[in-house]
Amino acid sequence: MKNDTSPMINKYEPVIGLEIHVELKTKSKMFCQCSADYFGSPPNTNVCPVCMGMPGALPVPNATAIAWMQRIGAALHCELVTHSKFDRKHYSYPDLPKGYQISQYDEPFAVKGSITVASPYLKDREKTFRIHRVHMEEDTAKLIHVGDDTIVDFNRSSVPLVEIVTEPDFRSAEEVKVFLEELHTIIRYLGVSDADLEKGSMRMEPNISVRVVSQKSKVEGTHDQLPKYKVEVKNINSFNFVKRAIEYEVRRHIEILESGKLPAQETRGWDSEKGKTYSQRTKEEAHDYRYFPEPDIPPFHFSEEYLKNIISDLPELPSERVDRFVKAGVKEMDAFILTRDVESSTYFESVVAIASQGGKKEDVMGKIASMIVNKRIPISLSPEQFVNEYHKLTKPVETDTALLRSVIKDVIAVNQKAVTEYKAGKLNSIMFLVGQVMKQMKGKADAQTVRKALEGQLKV
Amino acid sequence: MLLGKTITEIKKLISDKKITKDEVFAYFAERIANHNKTLNAYLTVQQNVSNQVDGLLSGIPLAIKDNFCTRGVRTTASAKVLDNFIPPYESTVTARLLKEGYVLLGKTNMDAWAHGSSTETSDYGPTKNPWDITRSPGGSSGGTAAAVSAYLAPAGLGSETAGSIRQPASWSGVVGLKPTYGRVPRYGVIAMGSSLDCPGPLTLSTEDAALILQVIAGKDPFDATSAPQQTENYVELMKEKKTYTIGIAEEYMKGLDEDVYKALLDSIHVFEKMGFKTKKVSLLSPQYAISVYTIIQRAEVMSNLARYDGIRYGNARTAFGTEAKRRSMLGTYTLSYGYYDAFFKKAQKVRTLIIEDFKRVFKEVDFVIGTPTPITALQLGEFEKYPFFGELMDQFNEPGAMAGIPGISLPTGLDRNGLPMSLHLMANYFRESDLLNAAFQFEKETDFMGVIKKGIHNFK
Repeated sequence: MKNDTSPMINKYEPVIGLEIHVELKTKSKMFCQCSADYFGSPPNTNVCPVCMGMPGALPVPNATAIAWMQRIGAALHCELVTHSKFDRKHYSYPDLPKGYQISQYDEPFAVKGSITVASPYLKDREKTFRIHRVHMEEDTAKLIHVGDDTIVDFNRSSVPLVEIVTEPDFRSAEEVKVFLEELHTIIRYLGVSDADLEKGSMRMEPNISVRVVSQKSKVEGTHDQLPKYKVEVKNINSFNFVKRAIEYEVRRHIEILESGKLPAQETRGWDSEKGKTYSQRTKEEAHDYRYFPEPDIPPFHFSEEYLKNIISDLPELPSERVDRFVKAGVKEMDAFILTRDVESSTYFESVVAIASQGGKKEDVMGKIASMIVNKRIPISLSPEQFVNEYHKLTKPVETDTALLRSVIKDVIAVNQKAVTEYKAGKLNSIMFLVGQVMKQMKGKADAQTVRKALEGQLKV
Repeated sequence: MLLGKTITEIKKLISDKKITKDEVFAYFAERIANHNKTLNAYLTVQQNVSNQVDGLLSGIPLAIKDNFCTRGVRTTASAKVLDNFIPPYESTVTARLLKEGYVLLGKTNMDAWAHGSSTETSDYGPTKNPWDITRSPGGSSGGTAAAVSAYLAPAGLGSETAGSIRQPASWSGVVGLKPTYGRVPRYGVIAMGSSLDCPGPLTLSTEDAALILQVIAGKDPFDATSAPQQTENYVELMKEKKTYTIGIAEEYMKGLDEDVYKALLDSIHVFEKMGFKTKKVSLLSPQYAISVYTIIQRAEVMSNLARYDGIRYGNARTAFGTEAKRRSMLGTYTLSYGYYDAFFKKAQKVRTLIIEDFKRVFKEVDFVIGTPTPITALQLGEFEKYPFFGELMDQFNEPGAMAGIPGISLPTGLDRNGLPMSLHLMANYFRESDLLNAAFQFEKETDFMGVIKKGIHNFK
């Protein structure tokens, strides 16, 4: 909250948890054979009796969707449970054709995880956020408001939807943003979702409250006291909007707390045009979802072997990739930037593979990373073309050794001051001498070779 | 020539070219035209339909309960809410019948949404019992039971949640088979209690029941709760002479009408005479099952009716009848926040005890004998006196329904008022072939077909 000028901010501390919904890009929907790729189809053409909730239709769970959800759980270091089930969550809304959503209540597929996010934007450069649970459910239909009417498009109904719930571990809007960006990157790495924010395939709901800092526990290792209320802001589809909604809410809560009141427990919406949240539903209007085990889908018993395979099949995750790049000589910032999306890092790795043929990857990785990050060579080129450009830029220039020897002699003779300084231990002075030699060589020498030759001469 | 002929007999007449498929259909169409006004067994009657497919049921016309979705043919579940519903898809069971060459005669009346045991909660008026039209045929599959009993169809499909095949089969004097839960797929059957619902045949003979089961049983990719176990050649296995041990449980002999009780004892003697062994066993009192069944079924009913929200299907929620509203209210209550543990969860625990109880007894005996209902057909209007009428009528069917085991209802004789009585055999999971085997032997040994034919001849 650096930008917040409120003097109250030191007295208060935001406590934020997140619910994130991610649509999976499986071939078919969660409980029927309709395509899960509904985007752009004419309304109500990607439907069947099952996802329309017709009388007598039954859901059959999509095994790939469940495996992919477990993949997300594994990537978030969750425990994958061996026994689980689906439940019916009842509420009446036109986007819900069965009058209930098939979801998971008390036995989610994955529980108790965490991710450690390393980012230059975090106060301590690194923070671990706990994941409460990850569960599987189905998406709802889409309501479209036309004038005073509301029409329903069932194309999205029953698309596999993963819900990730964090613990209330966030203490600033900035932390939330950094976490969400990392999560987005992880999900894209897993290849299970486009997590396309604009298309709504990743949607975020922060749960926000504010407490007086003194409410924090003084005893090491015990849990801090949670505020007696929370405000949920529904369905935001941009990281910046999440950040702004949180900042807006935190200011609003502090104002209410300062007036001696407790903010109301409620659900709010985000108005991106006005940059404000607005009340949607208060606690009194809260749903009683009447959960019970979904009788149409038998419970699941996953074998240890199956779950082990989910974990061992995980691809390299962004944080692991950063570590590997850094170990291979890539600057930390470059490694971070290159791994933000799977395409860039894959491109980087294919360039490295070609450029290092016959040699070690470590010799080229740092340089190539820097060239990509600093846009010295455009990544619109094919990896092969990129490597050609790279060789042109890095190829050692043929050096005329006879000429070099005489030029060095001249330069040493003329620049005795720098020579003396160098010999006295001011090692940087050599750069001046290298520059002088290069000038006289008129580009017909490689700077590294010149430096080595100079060092050799000056040692004698 | 056709009156009272079983499916097996009609098949022979067709294959011997003594009658054509069209003549068979026309025969039943005419009987329906003559008698349906009196009985109100059919809600929708088909005209001039045929099926050219050659199979196990070539040219056999059947009555189908109105909760099976039939593509292009109005399907209401006897509820005004679905007054105009014409399904765009076919239930798995009727699709399997079509593949074997059957012809749909019409859709039969039932208790609305299958909520009841008398067919009187139908929004289209009650069905009359062919044995005495001032009486109920039982329910909820009362329309099919009456149609078969009056020979307005040679056989038909019903569905059970707890007793809805066996009880009307008993009151109407026909054979009723309730298969193991999951043995016959539910896809396309308008759901009542999803963890209990089970389609099954109502027929004039054991062989017809075996034949229909053979067609409709088996794993369905559209029903996750359908059983993967191999189906058997029920018709062939039925004819092997086998002897079994019948369990006699005092708990299932209590509270029976005098004539019904005497007929049951007579039936036990028949089995003993046939060489079957009998053994005293003890089971949990059926009264526990009534409570458990009521809680679980009401919860599932509330959930399954939630989709009829007035947005689709053209009728508002005010079109719901009293019984559906009553059940939804009770289901809502038992699942409400704070009540779940006291009701639903506890009921599930007792359900497990009931399952264990049957498993234990079926280690000792092949069947448990009883009656499908404590009394014979009641006068229309009687049910209004009892708010839990169905639960009382079906108390002997509910424990088996909760456990998901199969059962069969077989005619035994007539009571002092000339009304049909039945016996009830329950067997272990997937032991339909044994049930049918014992039933077939019983049929050969007794005047069971004579009882059935007497009913048919009431409607010349």
